[in-house]
Amino acid sequence: MSNAPVDKGRRRFLTVATSVVGGAGVVGAAVPFIASWNPSAKARIAGAPVEVKIDKIEPGQLVRVEWRGAPVWVIRRTQEMLDSLPLADSRLRDPESNEPQQPEYAKNQHRSINPEWFIAVGICTHLGCSPQYFERNFGIAEGIDSGFFCACHGSRFDIAGRVFQGVPAPSNLVVPPHYFIDDETVLVGEEEGAA
Amino acid sequence: MSLMNWIDKRIPFSNTMKLHVTEYPAPKNFNFWYLMGSLAIVVLVNQIVTGIWLTMSYNPSAEGAFASVEYIMRDVEYGWLLRYMHSTGASAFFVVVYLHMFRGLMYGSYQKPRELLWIFGMLIFLVLMAEAFMGYLLPWGQMSYWGAQVIISLFGAIPIIGDDLTTWIRGDYVISGATLNRFFALHVIALPLVLVILVFLHLIALHEVGSNNPDGIDIKKPKGSVPEEEQAKFKFHERYTNKYDIVDAIPFHPYYTVKDIVGLVVFLILCSLVIFYAPTMGGFFLEPPNFQAADPMVTPEHIAPVWYFTPFYAILRAVPDKLTGVILMFGAIVMLALIPWLDRAKARSVRYRSTLHKVNLTQFAISFVILGYLGAMPATDLYTFIARVCTILYFGFFIALFFYSKNEKIKPLPERLTK
Repeated sequence: MSNAPVDKGRRRFLTVATSVVGGAGVVGAAVPFIASWNPSAKARIAGAPVEVKIDKIEPGQLVRVEWRGAPVWVIRRTQEMLDSLPLADSRLRDPESNEPQQPEYAKNQHRSINPEWFIAVGICTHLGCSPQYFERNFGIAEGIDSGFFCACHGSRFDIAGRVFQGVPAPSNLVVPPHYFIDDETVLVGEEEGAA
Repeated sequence: MSLMNWIDKRIPFSNTMKLHVTEYPAPKNFNFWYLMGSLAIVVLVNQIVTGIWLTMSYNPSAEGAFASVEYIMRDVEYGWLLRYMHSTGASAFFVVVYLHMFRGLMYGSYQKPRELLWIFGMLIFLVLMAEAFMGYLLPWGQMSYWGAQVIISLFGAIPIIGDDLTTWIRGDYVISGATLNRFFALHVIALPLVLVILVFLHLIALHEVGSNNPDGIDIKKPKGSVPEEEQAKFKFHERYTNKYDIVDAIPFHPYYTVKDIVGLVVFLILCSLVIFYAPTMGGFFLEPPNFQAADPMVTPEHIAPVWYFTPFYAILRAVPDKLTGVILMFGAIVMLALIPWLDRAKARSVRYRSTLHKVNLTQFAISFVILGYLGAMPATDLYTFIARVCTILYFGFFIALFFYSKNEKIKPLPERLTK
């Protein structure tokens, strides 16, 4: 054993250095535990696009399909519904769809590629319930006869999924990426020209 | 007693029993409200034991969960009883914990030196809520599914990271089997472990500072300040008597163990009535939509959490802005945790405090109960208005307390316990 006096500086340096290296090790070791909570490869693949046949959908009808486990609505809007869209503008939070809740090609008043077809994720932007579809008798104002009402916390959306003012939901319903393969089929979950 | 000797030489068994049970000085004036702590421990044991037995027949997968619960209810011998003991136990847990917390508020049990004890209690409350929430997903019914959807979406209100965070919690883009599996793991392993450790710390902290009592007067006096004949006549552990003169105290065992057993018998009778005659408690303990299997495509018309979450849920709904609503909901719990520092009064017990404080505490309790009722009902305009008023009153309790308690006029405090 050496009888040299204790070098306090050297001892402190070694303590700090050991702690830092050990701490980095703990952070590194935490990575797999935290990352394992992310969606698995299987869940990501289940997020693949879905094809919807639209040739049998009647005007005013809503069809639910499952995409990434969530309900996606495909609605064939009537002319009457489309005519009501401008009437709602003054009562909406985001009538111009400025929030990025839709792909670029759906950033318009009817929030879709083709005005007749409205495609949206049927999940309320407040806390994730699925709103009810009112084909008529929506009864929010003169001329606005159709829309969506979330019974969980009372949020309302117009027939283009735009959120009304004074409800808990902060933003418009999400429009998923989609495109029309042909006149009878729409693909939900993928942009035109994507892989 | 040579076996006892043999053990005591190797682990401090007798000494620990004396220190915490047979020679632990408890104030002699405990009333009804002081039953709740012991009852909570009994319920915890019930939840752990029935829970272990339920896992033996339960299948934690999206495909099998709902059917396995039906299997437990119909085919497993006494499965229905185990499940109802577990589901009723969850509600009973919150009944005793809420009463336990209100006891603390009434008698100032959070005040110095019991701040840390109170904080451990609040952590237990938080873990208990997480435990109950995750447990409610496991039957995989409609209310399980959509209730969890709503609660997890709360985290989506956090700016920037919100959406990624909710996906990370769910392990999928919506609630799925992945969510069910991890909730099962957390519900049966991680959180119960944390809960048991926190309960242990809560008890150790309690025995370090000593129990408060309905008078809020200390039973530990400075050493040498009390004449021998006025000190409590019982033998207490020297850990306590070396530092203090103990007055108006009795040993926890046998005096309070016997008292607690009387309370326990009444409590078990009440629980049995629920388990055998009203296991769903009219939809408050087990909600009707949960007798339907989870359907990710259709939300039930009216979503309400189980009764013990409804006061906080009502606060969330009362606020028209998503992020503010979430902040206030969690803030309601944070305020409770901060109360040791908000209350600056010189007296602990409500018995010696001002009329203003009595009124404030009463309105707080009433607002909490009304919020609890409103949170279970559909949101109409009138109900939303009342919920907003009660939310203001709820937070008003803490704010008012902070200001008036500093110079509050209190009644003269007695030297010793009154009865």
